[in-house]
Amino acid sequence: MNKPSLAVFKFASCDGCQLSLLDCEDELLKVAELVEIANFPEASRRILPGPYDIALVEGSITTEHDEERIQEIREGSRILISIGACATAGGIQALRNYADVDQMVRAVYPQPSYIDTLATSTPISRHVKVDYELHGCPINKYQLLEVLLAFTAGRRPQVSNDSVCMECKAAGNVCVMVAQGEHCLGPITHAGCGALCPSFDRGCFGCYGVKEQADVESLFVFLRDQRGMTTQQAVALVQSFNADAPELKVIASDRKWGRRREDRPE
Amino acid sequence: MAEKQIPVRAGIKSRRIKVDNLTRVEGEGSLLIDVQGGELRELKLKIFEPPRFFEALLKGRALGEAPDITARICGICPVAYMMSAVHAMERALGVTVSDPIRQLRRLLYCGEWIESHVLHIFMLHAPDFLGYDDVIGMARDHGERVKSALAMKKAGNEIIRVLGGREVHPINVKVGGFYKLPEKAALTALLDPLKHGRDTARDTVLWASSLDFPELTRQYEFVALQHPDEYPMNDGRIVSSRGLDIQQTEFPDHFEEIHLPHSNALHAVRKEHRSAYFVGPMARYQLSRDQLSEETRALAKEAGFLRDVNNPFESIVVRALETHYAFDEAIRLIEQYEVDGASSVPAPARKARGVAATEAPRGLLFHQYDVDERGLITRANIVPPTSQNQFTIEEDLHDLVSANLELPQDLLTARCEQAIRNYDPCISCATHFLKLDIRRD
Ligand code: SF4
Ligand code: SF4
Ligand code: SF4
Repeated sequence: MNKPSLAVFKFASCDGCQLSLLDCEDELLKVAELVEIANFPEASRRILPGPYDIALVEGSITTEHDEERIQEIREGSRILISIGACATAGGIQALRNYADVDQMVRAVYPQPSYIDTLATSTPISRHVKVDYELHGCPINKYQLLEVLLAFTAGRRPQVSNDSVCMECKAAGNVCVMVAQGEHCLGPITHAGCGALCPSFDRGCFGCYGVKEQADVESLFVFLRDQRGMTTQQAVALVQSFNADAPELKVIASDRKWGRRREDRPE
Repeated sequence: MAEKQIPVRAGIKSRRIKVDNLTRVEGEGSLLIDVQGGELRELKLKIFEPPRFFEALLKGRALGEAPDITARICGICPVAYMMSAVHAMERALGVTVSDPIRQLRRLLYCGEWIESHVLHIFMLHAPDFLGYDDVIGMARDHGERVKSALAMKKAGNEIIRVLGGREVHPINVKVGGFYKLPEKAALTALLDPLKHGRDTARDTVLWASSLDFPELTRQYEFVALQHPDEYPMNDGRIVSSRGLDIQQTEFPDHFEEIHLPHSNALHAVRKEHRSAYFVGPMARYQLSRDQLSEETRALAKEAGFLRDVNNPFESIVVRALETHYAFDEAIRLIEQYEVDGASSVPAPARKARGVAATEAPRGLLFHQYDVDERGLITRANIVPPTSQNQFTIEEDLHDLVSANLELPQDLLTARCEQAIRNYDPCISCATHFLKLDIRRD
């Protein structure tokens, strides 16, 4: 049987998620035996033509050209997997979705006409059908390996659907929210990091993104009423590396919790 | 990004080289070279990484978020962004960290230098010298060398993981210090792989120095930090090989960025003569090689490299020497480390400006922030190494192409790509900053 072909594509991103693949020091050469690395421009000069069996897509869509490019990539890929907060939830650069980027660029940039950008940063799934989404900023390299193995073997990846809180309790950490009064997004954040921040005496800041069906509102009420955070602080805390997650849109557009761009001061 | 068609005159001496997607660089770029009538007419290194507007989105965020947010500019050198950010904020707030914290930050930086340099030497650059498409092809013939390189990279990454929590975008760095100090035992467990890595780095230097280097010697203005007591990482004055010697706060008076239409990145130039300059390992080596450890200097001598290096293709050797030094330094820092005092010092907000430059693996990384009394960022300015080197890369290519016009197309193309990779250009870094420089209010 032929090895399945793998392609890695980049949109607006920091390269950290695809770097996770090269950071698999112990597994890299084995991965290369398992799949044919057909198109991975940051690692190889050799670019084989598509179509590809598996496409890993990093980064968010922020230009018109990229809106077209993702369509072509979808057509040329059997399985498309978005990796990381940029690809699955717009990334930190999606904070622009809540600000007036146009005006800002015009006001500041010496040669705004040279800049080619959309007013929004959106996840891949907003543009094409995505077969699997792996969360994290950055993704966990062992989860990536599991996802690759699963898709090459034709099974569903075994990736936890729990929250960071569940991982935190399993790790036996003392709760930093209770014991140290830290602000922690663990209850609403996708598992995957192994509750890294609480094990370093730090509250989770949500880099793995908001979990499906998370009770964002309760945590918000808690942070505001019990921890004295202003609405603006609470919104900023949740709206960071996964700024365009749909769950957060609800918060941002709800006048109780946040403000739309028109309402923002300045 | 669509490429404009430039008409090419027929004739043996007219040719056009177009590399649409530069490979084995971090990020995306392209190169256009137009030769007509035996003369180089046009050369453009284009960067088409979409801008992500970091300086703009930092505005209004809490100052304590700057290290984690700016780390997301580059997944290959997040520690560098975190270091420049925390130092800039601490200067704004008038905070001085304890000596153990200072040493641990240096250790963290050693981890990133190792990880990033080894990635570049073996995965991105060496395949050019040996004629492979990538490290996987190279591993077929040089399996042991690649395996031991991966072990070196892992040893560097392990420092970042133990001290920072994870390799990409560590979570333990904060303004004022760390969230949690590591146990001595967790660090000493790293010593064996680090000592092993240092031996491999030694082999790497000797091996790299025996490679075939294409000819290209240029007179650069090297710019780097310089410190009286140590090889520069987190601290020092900004000096150049042409006599510049300034405080970090004076950087904006001597360097400026200009915006050219063909690139999404700004080009940094020396303000005085609008000229190109060079940051990175070769600049540090030129200005501070006396500060390397005795072992690294002896190794440099053995390799025939304890001298000025003006051929950018030889940067692979300098990177290997810095890797050796980073192992040596990491071992020293771990051996002398004692858990001592608080993991961080308090950093109360005040209205001020803070500036810091540190030495990212690719060179000088400058951050400047204005913060207000509530602890919010009101203005941010970031100048990454790749934008500073972009002019120099173009000038290198200009000389290289002019001197090698007779080379067949594929060879010349490969040579140009290799010359760009001499700078380990991190294109994600270079374009983050279209959005910099928020001159509002
Ligand atoms: S999700 Fe985070 S780590 Fe991954 S590419 Fe985006 S910014 Fe980088
Ligand atoms: S520290 Fe955070 S993640 Fe851990 S149990 Fe408490 S709230 Fe949950
Ligand atoms: S921010 Fe939350 S999800 Fe991200 S590493 Fe920390 S604990 Fe994990």
